[in-house]
Amino acid sequence: MERSAKRDVVVTLIVSAILIAVMPMLIGTYTLTVLVIYGMLGLSLGLIWGFGGILCFGQAAFFGLGAYVYAIAAVNIGESTLPMILAVLLPGAFAAVLGAVMFYGRLTDVYLGVITLVVTLILFKFINSTAGPQYVIGDARLGGFNGIPGFQTLNVPGDSGAYIWGDAYFYVCAVALVIVFLLVTWLLRSSFGRIAIGIRENETRMALIGYDVAARKTVLFAIGAAIAGLAGALFANWAEIVTPNLFSLGQSAEIIIWCIVGGLGTRLGPIVGAAGLAYLKFLLGQQSMIDNTLIMGLVLVIFVLFLPRGLVPAVGSLWHASVGRTARRRPANRRMRRARHG
Amino acid sequence: MDISFVILVEMLYAIASLVLISAGLAVVFGMMKVINLAHGEFMMMGGYATITAVGLGVNVFIAMLIVAPLVVGLIGLVVERLVIRHLYGRLVDTMLATWGLSLVFIGLATMIFGNTTTGISTPIPGFTVGAYQINGYNFFIIVMAVVLVIALYAVLKGTRAGLIARGTMQRSDMAAALGYSPDRIYMATFFFGSALSGLAGAILAPLVGLVPTSGGAYIAKAFITVIAGGPSLIAGLVSSATSFGLVNQIFTFAVSPVIGEVALLIAAVILLRAMPQGITSRFFKGKL
Repeated sequence: MERSAKRDVVVTLIVSAILIAVMPMLIGTYTLTVLVIYGMLGLSLGLIWGFGGILCFGQAAFFGLGAYVYAIAAVNIGESTLPMILAVLLPGAFAAVLGAVMFYGRLTDVYLGVITLVVTLILFKFINSTAGPQYVIGDARLGGFNGIPGFQTLNVPGDSGAYIWGDAYFYVCAVALVIVFLLVTWLLRSSFGRIAIGIRENETRMALIGYDVAARKTVLFAIGAAIAGLAGALFANWAEIVTPNLFSLGQSAEIIIWCIVGGLGTRLGPIVGAAGLAYLKFLLGQQSMIDNTLIMGLVLVIFVLFLPRGLVPAVGSLWHASVGRTARRRPANRRMRRARHG
Repeated sequence: MDISFVILVEMLYAIASLVLISAGLAVVFGMMKVINLAHGEFMMMGGYATITAVGLGVNVFIAMLIVAPLVVGLIGLVVERLVIRHLYGRLVDTMLATWGLSLVFIGLATMIFGNTTTGISTPIPGFTVGAYQINGYNFFIIVMAVVLVIALYAVLKGTRAGLIARGTMQRSDMAAALGYSPDRIYMATFFFGSALSGLAGAILAPLVGLVPTSGGAYIAKAFITVIAGGPSLIAGLVSSATSFGLVNQIFTFAVSPVIGEVALLIAAVILLRAMPQGITSRFFKGKL
């Protein structure tokens, strides 16, 4: 157990180091940065949905919240370190409150989906309507549908003149993703993660064994939101503007599609799905023959119908079958069906 | 006096439009337990069908009440055969697949009609009450919603087809044992539900500028109304549409339209938290 954990970390580090070194030769770092950020966003939903069985229709709410918190704080403070920290903490705290309301109310399934969807909509509508000059937080005007442009972007901590941008910013994002990935790995290996998976499998059983199911789900939900918030803050730095579109239903939909396509119940799947589909979208955006949305929709329908487990688990089992070992059984794969009905 | 009449009409109108928006989804979700997230796009297509038909010279009421439901119903039929029938009983999967479908429809509509706003003018003129101008079309929507609810009740409760459909939804194995084909009945019910969505989209089309993404404006409201309504189809639809419509209009008049919308959404969250299985799990139990 201890040894496999160490090997896991080493393999992750080596593979990601190679990827970080090689990928900029294939794709421009500007595009690559946003793929990495989307990968982190995908991972945040993959954690709570794939391992916690919480289907959140509003992961975009936390993403957007992170971006807005960063932008507002950066305008007021004029330095990026504290805003970054706030952008992780506030969405996490917000999710903790929201999660407590939902999970202590024993809401599950569709009802959970509706509430998270509704919260996203409330934020979207509210932010959209804040165009007037009376909507001000400190020095930051919320700006309605125009969003907030021109805030302090990421700088070297302590020196607000030393901006991190371009290639350097890509490396910051990539390293952040690797760190988050390792943290998620560690979390899932800890007893907290194992109990979370137990709750996903059978909530009643875990409650009867004596675990506080609602509290654990709330904490997991908050962790997922904090990761999404971090992704949001990084995105705000990349785009250099935040707009209400970050909260839109389309954004939420996309995150769910990434997870389905990549593969639920795996750590890698949502990242691969997010980066892959975002890149596909980027490529499709360069042609105008076929509408972009149409293809994303088709991808989702086809995956739900024909490959409901997603790419990563499918490739994994293909690999094991072709190599012909009696491979280690991958419990995550077997559980897929049920996980999606949590 | 005049203002109270205006407010009354506005409240009835808000409730009626919620009923219209949600009716199709209520049939599909309430009976078949399929959450059709492409519902908003079905309404959007109903609107486009109406506008296209009117553009071809069809009378506007025929276009709204006959052409649009038929067109959208047929599209629903195709969707049911191709996608949804493989996913019955898998709630989350149907939700995701229909979400994908909604994106497909948005894409298709963008390719066919372009990403511009189209619309038709309301076919009923407005009139004045005292110092206020009222949109005459609002009355049409109120009447249509009432007719729709009564017709829905009559069909489900009064006709043999309604009885068979309700029976199949409760115990499809028993219906099959009695010689009915659940597959066919599911197909027909989905057709019926889609046609209702198309009808609603068509009726509301003159009030909104139609763009391919306008379905998104409906889906959340419809979703919330139907889920909050709970297990009983018609009682749930009417009771939750009434409560949300009232909340929406009270806050719209007291503060502003945006706050009205937000109040509706907050009311939905509170309601679901208090009654997780919907209104009709506590009140009007066992009603249709």
